[in-house]
Amino acid sequence: MYLQARRLLKLALSPVLMLLSLFSTGAWAEEGARWQTNMTPGITEVGHQIYDLHMWVFYVCVVTGILVFGVMFYSVFAYRKDRHPEPATFHENTKVEIVWTIVPFLILLVMVVPATKTLIEIYDTDDSELDILITGYQWKWKYEYINPNGDNVSFFSNLTTDAAEIANTEEKGSNYLLEVDEAVVIPVNKKVRFLVTANDVLHAWWVPALAVKRDAIPGFINEAWTKATETGVYRGQCAELCGRNHGFMPIVVNVVEEPEYNAWLAEKQAAAAEIKELMAKDFSLDELVARGKNVYTSGCAACHGANGEGGVGKAIAGSPIATGPMKDHMEVVVHGVPGTAMPAFGSQLNEVDLAAVITYQRNSFGNNMGDMLQPVDIYKFKKGQ
Amino acid sequence: MGAHHGPAKGLTRWLFTTNHKDIGTMYLWFSFAMFLLGGSFAMIIRAELFQPGLQIVQPEFFNQMTTMHGLVMVFGAIMPAFVGLANWMIPLMIGAPDMALPRMNNWSFWILPPTFLLLASTLLMDGGGPNFGWTFYAPLSTTYAPPSVTFFIFAVHAMGISSIMGSINIIATIVNMRAPGMTYMKMPMFVWTWLITAFLLVAVMPVLAGAVTMMLMDIHFGTSFFSAAGGGDPVLFQHVFWFFGHPEVYIIILPAFGVVSEVIPTFSRKPLFGYDSMVYATSSIAFLSFIVWAHHMYTVGMPIAGELFFMYATMLIAVPTAAKVFNWVTTMFKGSITLETPMLFAIAKVFLFTVGGFSGLMLAIAPADFQYHDSYFVVAHFHYTMVAGAIFALSSAVYYWIPKWTGKMYNETMGKTHFWISFIGFNLTFFPQHFVGLAGMPRRIPDYNLMFADFNMMSSIGAFIYGASQLLFLFNIVRTITHGKPVTDAKVWEGGTTLEWTVPSPAPYHTFTTPPEVK
Ligand code: HEC
Ligand code: HEM
Ligand SMILES: [Cu+2]
Ligand SMILES: [Cu+2]
Repeated sequence: MYLQARRLLKLALSPVLMLLSLFSTGAWAEEGARWQTNMTPGITEVGHQIYDLHMWVFYVCVVTGILVFGVMFYSVFAYRKDRHPEPATFHENTKVEIVWTIVPFLILLVMVVPATKTLIEIYDTDDSELDILITGYQWKWKYEYINPNGDNVSFFSNLTTDAAEIANTEEKGSNYLLEVDEAVVIPVNKKVRFLVTANDVLHAWWVPALAVKRDAIPGFINEAWTKATETGVYRGQCAELCGRNHGFMPIVVNVVEEPEYNAWLAEKQAAAAEIKELMAKDFSLDELVARGKNVYTSGCAACHGANGEGGVGKAIAGSPIATGPMKDHMEVVVHGVPGTAMPAFGSQLNEVDLAAVITYQRNSFGNNMGDMLQPVDIYKFKKGQ
Repeated sequence: MGAHHGPAKGLTRWLFTTNHKDIGTMYLWFSFAMFLLGGSFAMIIRAELFQPGLQIVQPEFFNQMTTMHGLVMVFGAIMPAFVGLANWMIPLMIGAPDMALPRMNNWSFWILPPTFLLLASTLLMDGGGPNFGWTFYAPLSTTYAPPSVTFFIFAVHAMGISSIMGSINIIATIVNMRAPGMTYMKMPMFVWTWLITAFLLVAVMPVLAGAVTMMLMDIHFGTSFFSAAGGGDPVLFQHVFWFFGHPEVYIIILPAFGVVSEVIPTFSRKPLFGYDSMVYATSSIAFLSFIVWAHHMYTVGMPIAGELFFMYATMLIAVPTAAKVFNWVTTMFKGSITLETPMLFAIAKVFLFTVGGFSGLMLAIAPADFQYHDSYFVVAHFHYTMVAGAIFALSSAVYYWIPKWTGKMYNETMGKTHFWISFIGFNLTFFPQHFVGLAGMPRRIPDYNLMFADFNMMSSIGAFIYGASQLLFLFNIVRTITHGKPVTDAKVWEGGTTLEWTVPSPAPYHTFTTPPEVK
């Protein structure tokens, strides 16, 4: 009887032990990430605290599970009818029932303390050294570095995974669906505050390694913060269903040393200044078409097709808009087409790129309008002049 | 037996019936059909997720599949199935001749088929069916929704009316029609859990109706309840939805608790341990379920005081839930156990539901939920509670009571095969989802990075196995009805103690026309 019980206990425990080993090493084979089974502690102090909490509660559950399931499976084996034909008749025991109400309560009380502490820390967004406004769009992220003395730097971050990889006609890279054209760059060991909002529907900005997940809600600004302790590239995804391409709007964070960050920021600011200058410039048709082609490829081709043949969006080749009055064309691109997938690009592209892409559409894919727009025209159009 | 006492002939028997057994049967068949429909949506989802890349469906359709799967399973499969059980069993268990409001009973069932036909037909409409998740968060479900959303709103209203009528009927029956001597504290636990569930339903279905009505106004009448641009608040939607939604998950699980509270004592041949504390635990779960809703919203940016309140309240709900599990286990302890199919499903339900309760406790820890939320870890959690917790209990209930319903015994070998395939398929499907969730895979995505590939493939294989095992279930039921070995005893199971085991098998069309005396 004793031996049998021991055998059974071991049997009952074996999956749990297996699990435990999984969780404690966090990985199985040398393939590492492919078999990742556990939460990452990440690269932040808060991330480690969350990880510890997670493991703590997990172990409490494992121990409770061993006890409860132990009794349960023991009963199934030891009190089978053929072995135990005469059932006991007891059906209550007030003392036992009180104990098993109070003990779980006490265990919970013990968990509450560290959980509360960590939560208070997560909510303490004061004293940040850098503020970044994050805006969710269908289906990309916009990052705006808030600069108290000078111009803000802002850019969009789009998925760069090739459509052919998604369609399985090309081999998938290791960062499949987790790669973007422009990563958000933050300095290491600095408290960075994220101000999170959205432009259209709900999104959620989630980077597991930073232990940050915040809903992006149109009309409201949520706060979160992080202080990365290690440099490197960290990836995440939108976590709140936001429509068709919810699975295709990743987040890439590049944590760098401070000097590198400063250099990057300076470069960004210079580029912004350059755009400002370009605003006043008069472009030639060729210049506009060349620039517009790049904008089109990164921003429009996904819906309108690489050759303007259409797709989710209408065909640009021979389109009545792209071959009609300039004003209508500007209207569509700057303000979008409400109620359709055509986004309003007025706030997503700068004046130079807007002028370029519109000019490009009117002078390619067989469209041959020969007319063009200057950045200042867009500026005026936006101002309603 | 004169024609007056037996069922009418032909289609009108089903169309006009006010008999609780007929209506129960229709509910059960309807919910099984919905289970297969929702299940086939799930198969499409898992087939797409079998490998990274888009193979079978496009993201638009994928989103419609996840949405419809959730809606059909929750509102079409699980809830009506338990109402079906309530119809069949509550009168039999409390010694009543029928439900208190038989005509309303007919009506609450017959609302459902057209409603779900309408809901399913949205898939064929211009712009596709609902694609905003079964939680239909605004503004994705309002400003950005496909035109079919209006039909979806109508369908939700209709389901709500059906549920409310069903629950009023159940409350009226239990309160007024118990046999002499059947005091509240003598009622079978299944009846108790349904009484409490019915009150939950009456309380929260109108809240859901309110939420979809506000959506309707936003979409068609220019209001801005949920649109920040007009002064509204998208987060308000989530508060209202989860004020309904969290009690809803207990609406789903409490009758399942009731089922295993009947099955476990029967096959342990020992009375339910801690009957009184079970009643109190169920009531406190029901009460607490009203004050924990925002644990679904830890990341929306609530003030910390709210965050802490909802965390503490949610953790508290684990206490009465744990007490119930302890009671079931203690009922088995020192019993005299046999493992027929209903018992296997009931034990598995307790085991796997508890696993889901554990992950629920982990999710309750707000700081940790910042990592878990909207990841596959949550998907694993709620399938352990809803599939293992509710569907396993339903399978258990069908095997347990089908001899009483049909007067025939199901095939035990086939039943056990169904159980083991389900058990293995279920765990293979949902256990790895804990891992990919923790590793960072968000839910509701049609495609994923290669690092999630292996576990997803496992999950899909498990899902196909689980799906296939349900066809065996269907086959077993049909075969029982057509070829099953007749049972002659009123008391089909040696350990059965409740009143349904005192009427002949199959239960005659009218039972307890004179009430039994309960001592
Ligand atoms: C998310 C998909 C999407 C993207 C990205 C997109 N469009 Fe569109 N676009 C559409 C859709 C859909 C329409 C059709 C709207 C309608 O039904 O009138 C459209 C229509 C247009 C039209 C009018 C065509 C016609 O004949 O009516 C123009 C011009 C246009 N888009 C330009 C652009 C430009 C320039 C870009 C990139 C800067 C762009 N679009 C990016 C989806 C998109
Ligand atoms: C011990 C008891 C339980 C606790 C503490 C608990 C806790 C939680 C928490 C905190 C979440 C939110 C997770 C997140 O989105 O980040 C959640 C989600 C969920 N739970 Fe539970 N839960 C419990 C039992 C149940 C039961 C019994 C059911 C159903 C039968 C259930 C069904 C669900 C569902 C459906 C969701 C996900 C909803 C969605 O976002 O689609 N839970 N649970
Ligand atoms: Cu998203
Ligand atoms: Cu909940």
